[in-house]
Amino acid sequence: MAKRRSTADFVLERDDYKCIRCLACVRVCSYGANFYDERENMVFTENRKCVGCHFCEAICPTEAIVVQHNPLAIRWNAHWTSEVVTDIMKQAETGGVLLTSMGNDKPYFTYFDRMVLNASQVTNPSIDPLREPMEIRTFIGKKPLSLELEESEGSVALKTQIAPQLKLEVPIMFSAMSYGSISLNASKSLAKAAQTVGTYFNTGEGGLHKDLKEFGENMIVQCASGRFGVNVDYLNAGAAVEIKIGQGAKPGIGGHLPGEKVTEPISETRMIPVGTDAISPAPHHDIYSIEDLRQLIYAIKEATRYKKPVGVKIAAVHNVAPIASGIVRAGADFVVIDGIRGGTGATPKVTRDNVGIPIELAIAVVDKRLRDEGIRHLASIIVAGGIRKSSDVIKAIALGADAVYIGTAALVALGCHLCQKCYMGKCNWGIATQDPKLVRRLNPEIGARRAANLLRAWALEIKEILGGMGINAIESLRGNRDVLRGVGLQEHELEILGIKPAGEAW
Amino acid sequence: MVKGMRKKILVKEEYCIGCRLCEIYCVTAHSQSKNLIRVFRYELGELAPAVIVEEREYTTFAVQCRHCEEASCVRACITGAMHRDSSTGAVYVDRDKCVGCWMCIMVCPYGVIKRGTGSNKVASKCDLCLDRELPACVENCPNEALVLTEVNE
Amino acid sequence: MRYLIIGTGPAGIAAAEKIRGLDEENEILMLTSEEIAGYSKPLITYFLGRKVNEDRMFYRPPWYFEERNISVMTSTKVIEVNPAKKLVITESGEAINYDRLLIATGGLPIVPEIEGLNPSEMEGVFTFTQWKDSKDVAKYITDNDVTEAVVLGGGLIGLKTTEALLELGLKVSIVELSDRILSNTFDKKASMIVTSALQKRGCNVYTNDTIVQVKGKKKITKVVLKSGREIKTKLLIIAIGVKPNVGFLKESGVRVNRGVVVNEHMETNITDIFAAGDCAEFYDPRLGKSSTIAIWPVAFSEGEVAGYNMAGERVSYQGGIPMNSVEIAGVATISVGNTSAEVENVEILEYESDKRSVYKKLVIKDGKLVGAVFVGDIDRAGIYTGLILQKVDVSSFKDDLMRDDFGLVYLPKEYRKKLMEGELKVWLE
Ligand SMILES: Cc1cc2nc3c(=O)[nH]c(=O)nc-3n(C[C@H](O)[C@H](O)[C@H](O)COP(=O)(O)OP(=O)(O)OC[C@H]3O[C@@H](n4cnc5c(N)ncnc54)[C@H](O)[C@@H]3O)c2cc1C
Ligand code: SF4
Ligand code: SF4
Ligand code: SF4
Repeated sequence: MAKRRSTADFVLERDDYKCIRCLACVRVCSYGANFYDERENMVFTENRKCVGCHFCEAICPTEAIVVQHNPLAIRWNAHWTSEVVTDIMKQAETGGVLLTSMGNDKPYFTYFDRMVLNASQVTNPSIDPLREPMEIRTFIGKKPLSLELEESEGSVALKTQIAPQLKLEVPIMFSAMSYGSISLNASKSLAKAAQTVGTYFNTGEGGLHKDLKEFGENMIVQCASGRFGVNVDYLNAGAAVEIKIGQGAKPGIGGHLPGEKVTEPISETRMIPVGTDAISPAPHHDIYSIEDLRQLIYAIKEATRYKKPVGVKIAAVHNVAPIASGIVRAGADFVVIDGIRGGTGATPKVTRDNVGIPIELAIAVVDKRLRDEGIRHLASIIVAGGIRKSSDVIKAIALGADAVYIGTAALVALGCHLCQKCYMGKCNWGIATQDPKLVRRLNPEIGARRAANLLRAWALEIKEILGGMGINAIESLRGNRDVLRGVGLQEHELEILGIKPAGEAW
Repeated sequence: MVKGMRKKILVKEEYCIGCRLCEIYCVTAHSQSKNLIRVFRYELGELAPAVIVEEREYTTFAVQCRHCEEASCVRACITGAMHRDSSTGAVYVDRDKCVGCWMCIMVCPYGVIKRGTGSNKVASKCDLCLDRELPACVENCPNEALVLTEVNE
Repeated sequence: MRYLIIGTGPAGIAAAEKIRGLDEENEILMLTSEEIAGYSKPLITYFLGRKVNEDRMFYRPPWYFEERNISVMTSTKVIEVNPAKKLVITESGEAINYDRLLIATGGLPIVPEIEGLNPSEMEGVFTFTQWKDSKDVAKYITDNDVTEAVVLGGGLIGLKTTEALLELGLKVSIVELSDRILSNTFDKKASMIVTSALQKRGCNVYTNDTIVQVKGKKKITKVVLKSGREIKTKLLIIAIGVKPNVGFLKESGVRVNRGVVVNEHMETNITDIFAAGDCAEFYDPRLGKSSTIAIWPVAFSEGEVAGYNMAGERVSYQGGIPMNSVEIAGVATISVGNTSAEVENVEILEYESDKRSVYKKLVIKDGKLVGAVFVGDIDRAGIYTGLILQKVDVSSFKDDLMRDDFGLVYLPKEYRKKLMEGELKVWLE
């Protein structure tokens, strides 16, 4: 093979005066980018191998390392950007589909950043969350339209039968990430964080590892088209079941875990032979209509004795509103909508970057549609795909969501630096890898502490903002689009979002 | 036997990533300059880390003196240099007393005593960094593979 | 109640420490025939070689005993033990009673019969087991301008003394009866390396030889070897070994074989009388064998066991093995356990570096490590000692034992786990 013609994406600069030849950087780089030359007594880097994960930079005891973008890898051009040119070069070399990971990184509009929140002034006093109670507990599941009460001997009892619910101490959960796409230590970190904070993590479609069973009360189990590891015990192991139809990073396509990643423990949890490819077909082969979906939902409800909420996850696509309506009518207790920024362990770049719609618009249209049809109470709406901060959570809920799922943000809390190389399985941070040498780099105790901290921090911020708006319960925020105003948005976009432009009063 | 609380470093084998930062921070904590770069440039010859990182295929871990309850090194020491401090419960080497007979090296089942080099030809081992709040290796381990605990005896 | 301990060596001191740890009230009285208590015997050669000054000789300084409320009587030699009356008689005629007695009198140097030699009458001939010997030799060297010396015995004490004499600039000749020096603990190769290091420092080593005649009137002037060689010398050090110091027990009824016979609790045949250290002969019920191993760590451990049991805590001794660490002529050496290949059915692993500066040997019997020799590179030797003492089956990682980077990581996971959690008690139980 001829010398590769593409240039390095990153340049690693090492301050030789500061470098103490401890070789930590050499030891830790799983891509083998750093090496030591004994004769020169120097540490060097092969820039082309560097994926920009910053692990060595974080480890280097003397801060001798700076990893930078190769500023002029490709001559600057607004149209033929360096990414475009590099992609062409790679494809010219390989002749294959370009794979990538994590969420869409293109500069599409982020509506969250074009919406601003309200606050109380003079006429409606704001609330200090440190002094007054602030309720952000959230319940996920079917709600009754009205409550029937029974009075007997001076006491009141609830007569209405309440459908099974999930109780969230914060309106944030960890989205589905399978053991296989992420390491067991990453799963353990999230599971433990969910347990401490009082929320849920999601097994993803990879089945349930035995070490995670103990977290059942804080777990949502997923049932996807591959049906890996799904049996009645699995369905009953968690607090809820989620049927996965699609995901934001790869709407319309399935998944593929190559055979070499199907190691002994993975094979055990997925219930497939070691070394075989784990293929999730694009559709569920038993679901070709809403009626088919209803059958699966009820089959699962039967299997779980109607004790657990059953939800359906779809990618946000053009027809998201009517599809969501169909899902609710099919009996789902919650609908999960994953926007175009949704992350993944591996996806074709062309799909990730071009298919789907922004989550903000999807929330607005789904919430509106369900309200218009009078079925909003039948299911909770959980939204995902690029939730980055507490203000995104608040805005999503104001647009109509009940709760959010975070995936990328949770992984960043565990150490992820968004190098987008999950599909290579060599994650230096021990997150998206099954290599035992790398997995051990993520100590679940640290991971759990950090992920829980993130949830706590966001919860505090949410309370702060709610208080500022004079609201003392998250219930009063849900679908309360009056607290939002658009900045720099077109009239029709404002209409879809159901919000007024900034400057317009009630 | 010493009664009471005593500090101990736990080794969490499953989380050591083999970076060996513990070693260099140990050396630095016991150096003159206490500065990584200066230690590397001017002081390295005389210093050896008291923590040893072992590595084999997928297993790596760091090990330093366990400050044994019934310490073999204290038994074998012919000068009394190796002793248990009754206030801290830790096992120390009195550098002034040690004659470098290496009886302790012969018996320590962890192999964590080193022969001092150069002008320090005395036994050298972990002193639990008792002048610091946290031992240097524990404080600088990026993955909490070394954890300080207190045990009651 | 009085605990009486005869001997202030490591066995006696370890016992006193353990007793005090368990019993803060009752009297502990220690006796020593020497003028000074609490110094370290192995340091007397360092003292002679001026590597250690007077202050650093103290293994346990005088205040150490005071602090723990332990009384010490120096220059008090016991000449008789009377178990019926529970008392001991000293040379000066004093009777000291006891409730529990520990005999920790160590060893006495062995002096062979040589024509023309009467050590007590001839000047310039010394044994070397007490601080006093060291002081006397040092004085004799200066007073008589001694420039050369003969050391009889190429064992541990002989070589350590040689080392000290070399330090003082003397020319030393070692005379050793067997075919090599340190023959008790070293195999041929290890001896060779040490021998040539000694020779490089100008030392003569005569093996397969011994002294048959000593010449000189009041002071020694010459020794004659069996081989016929004559060596002019003003100084002769006799270091051919020690024997248990038990003569004063003759009439006592305490059972003595080579040493005072003790069981795993360091108990003698007589109630309330214990023995430990170089003077004791430990009968190991599991091996059905008894042994006297005159080394420091064994003396200390036996002392600990005795102390525990004297104070009422039942602790069993796990048995010791011979081991030693000596640096001779700049070469660090360690030998542990059974290191000779003469035993049957053993497997030997060996490593020798190019320039012969490093030599390692391991002896395996029935899948277990039973002996180890390290010359030149002794780092992490204790891990092997641990394996020997714990009788770990090494078959599964035998091929790793000789690796350069051999360490805990090569040990079976279970053993390592126990070790790391500090669950293994190496010497006692
Ligand atoms: C020069 C030299 C170097 C050595 N180097 C080493 C070494 O490197 N490593 C090693 O492991 N071992 C070494 N040894 C051996 C080690 O010193 C002994 O194994 C150890 O001292 C034995 O301890 P012990 O308590 O049994 O007896 P000792 O230390 O011999 O103590 C005996 C005590 O009993 C007292 N005593 C004796 N008889 C009477 C009596 N009748 N009345 C009152 N008191 C009495 C003595 O005064 C003394 O205090 C060395 C020994 C010598 C002499
Ligand atoms: S980690 Fe830093 S100091 Fe160590 S070798 Fe790499 S660049 Fe140098
Ligand atoms: S610093 Fe921590 S992770 Fe790195 S080698 Fe030491 S113990 Fe292992
Ligand atoms: S040096 Fe070794 S024997 Fe001594 S206390 Fe430390 S680990 Fe135990």
